[in-house]
Amino acid sequence: MSRTRAPESWGRYPKTTQSAIDLFWISDSPPFSSIRGSMLPYGKGRSYGDVCLNDGGTLLLTERLAHFISFDLGTGLIRCEAGVTLAEILRLAVPHGWFLPVTPGTKFVTVAGAVANDVHGKNHHSMGTFGEHVRVFELLRSDQQRLICSKSQNPKMFRATIGGMGLTGLMLWVEFQLKRIANPFIALEEIQYRNLDEFFTLAEESEGSFEHTVAWVDCLARGSGLGRGVFMRGNDATAQQGAAAPPAKQKRQIVFPVDAPDFLLSRPTVSAFNSLYYHKQLHRRTSRLAHYDPFFYPLDSVLDWNRLYGKRGFLQYQFVAPHAHSHAVTAEVLERIARSGAASFLSVMKTFGERPAAGLMSFPRKGVTLALDLPNLGEKVLRLLDQLDEIVLQNGGVVYPAKDARMSARHFQSFYPQWKEFARFIDPRFSSSFWRRVTAS
Amino acid sequence: MKRTLIIGATSAIAEEFARISIENGDYLFLAARSPAKLQTVAEDLKVRGGKKVCTSVMDALDCGSHESLLRAAVEALGGLDTVLIAHGVLGDQKAAERDYRVAEREYQVNFLSAVSILTHVASWFEKQRQGTIAVISSVAGDRGRQSNYIYGSAKGALSIYLSGLRNRLYQAGVSVVTIKPGFVDTPMTSHLKKSLLFASPRMVAAGIYRAIERRRDVVYIPGFWFGIMTVIRLVPETLFKRLKL
Repeated sequence: MSRTRAPESWGRYPKTTQSAIDLFWISDSPPFSSIRGSMLPYGKGRSYGDVCLNDGGTLLLTERLAHFISFDLGTGLIRCEAGVTLAEILRLAVPHGWFLPVTPGTKFVTVAGAVANDVHGKNHHSMGTFGEHVRVFELLRSDQQRLICSKSQNPKMFRATIGGMGLTGLMLWVEFQLKRIANPFIALEEIQYRNLDEFFTLAEESEGSFEHTVAWVDCLARGSGLGRGVFMRGNDATAQQGAAAPPAKQKRQIVFPVDAPDFLLSRPTVSAFNSLYYHKQLHRRTSRLAHYDPFFYPLDSVLDWNRLYGKRGFLQYQFVAPHAHSHAVTAEVLERIARSGAASFLSVMKTFGERPAAGLMSFPRKGVTLALDLPNLGEKVLRLLDQLDEIVLQNGGVVYPAKDARMSARHFQSFYPQWKEFARFIDPRFSSSFWRRVTAS
Repeated sequence: MKRTLIIGATSAIAEEFARISIENGDYLFLAARSPAKLQTVAEDLKVRGGKKVCTSVMDALDCGSHESLLRAAVEALGGLDTVLIAHGVLGDQKAAERDYRVAEREYQVNFLSAVSILTHVASWFEKQRQGTIAVISSVAGDRGRQSNYIYGSAKGALSIYLSGLRNRLYQAGVSVVTIKPGFVDTPMTSHLKKSLLFASPRMVAAGIYRAIERRRDVVYIPGFWFGIMTVIRLVPETLFKRLKL
């Protein structure tokens, strides 16, 4: 039952081989007993590393479990099958004045994938993670048991499955709460800042009055300009602001059709891009009304942009570190990356707020988070990232599993000491390449 | 706005067709065998904005129920403009070669049940002197091949039946659209290795919707199948019988 394109993760690393079966109906009982080896749900393959891969096992493809079940236009409560994408939810909900409570940087993820990785977005400090807004879901275990999970029903399994990386069973449908909007626009301010100190000052003064904050970082800048970039902050536009917005233009979708040659994202080209991006603003501070699509999903307009990195793929790295050490950690990490010459095309930084974690294994916590992608240059990059893990660990931070393809078992187990407690909720027949790697002794 | 009856509404192509229909404001009456799947499809269509989505559980092999099904659809929708017949099975060719009853069932589902439904639909549309009948046949019905001639001959018979029906209903202003999809990525073909020849159900459904609007006679979807099948039909039988197809 192979597909035209074999399942892979978004970073296209590591390369794995596994069987895959399509699931079509949540009312059917999947043929678990005829599957040999372990299984893992797989949605759109937008996780970067290997949390969505199962080398030597089987993937349960949820893409076709794509039915809406209910949508209350009055309360914004929506229930849909596991494989519905956030893009489809937006297409349905936005015209009725509803929006995703929390959204990651791409809308091409499935709703169950958003729950399984307890994803976050630019509004973490005000709205928390996606998991916080989930009311209830149905979980199918490999013994065909169906569990309704919520804060009141099977609450422990509910908490383990949010951020549970698909290991606790197959989510069949999810119900969650949407957020009211007056129009599809964000009242946005972009501020060019010159160094890390300015970033932290901006972040602190913005958290109280802006729902969305994020900064793009020029990670090739060094010395006094270390951490410089563009700080973006915004709120959902009010009805009054929205009325002044120009009519939305249909943007063309570009598909990146082939694997790019390796030199495309090499140091000189990335350096040029970063410099241009930093200086694109003639004024230090600009305000405008932005449509939600380019604001939340700048990369979605280029489908398959991961192919820009060529066949060898790329590595994503994201950590969060508590505020006490945030300046030192980010400075050290940025400095090491700049020194290594491994150019990062897109690096973003933001501060997370104080929110109780929705899931047992959730990544977000109060502090500063930095996410960057690096071309897969083999040993050199892997060694660098190992060093970064150590710095993050020393400073009380953690690394994000949904983006990881390489962290050591030792580091993972130090980052997430609750992993043994979590393991009790894993379905005995479910596993992933990630999980085997980080629990290997 | 059209009022459409869809038989086999839980098939992947029919479901996508229904989604396109509600985007165009059409009223739908869905019929399918599995109550659970039918409910799943209907709820989804309602959430997506379907103004009128009615359902009826049906067994295509129960020919005695077809007339009342048609009447229920006409009543629920306040009339009828279009009927799409989308149900079918892709049986096990090898099993059908060994056991006539397997072959017989395939003819019943893919051909005879459609004839039964169309008998009622045709006379209804003939009387009201308007309407469109669209039926999903297959490129497999264009020529018999050893790998699936049971399915192929059922679809071939269906295509010939539709050609005759079109001829008959032309005078009444009723159009009959024969849809010939190639490989489609659906549960029916989930056991097959996917290649570039496979089309998505969405793409095929959009083609069907367009063909109905333009009152086409026979459409290959995607269009390149017309070229492929023309070549395949032209191969002389003395040569064709030697090929492993």
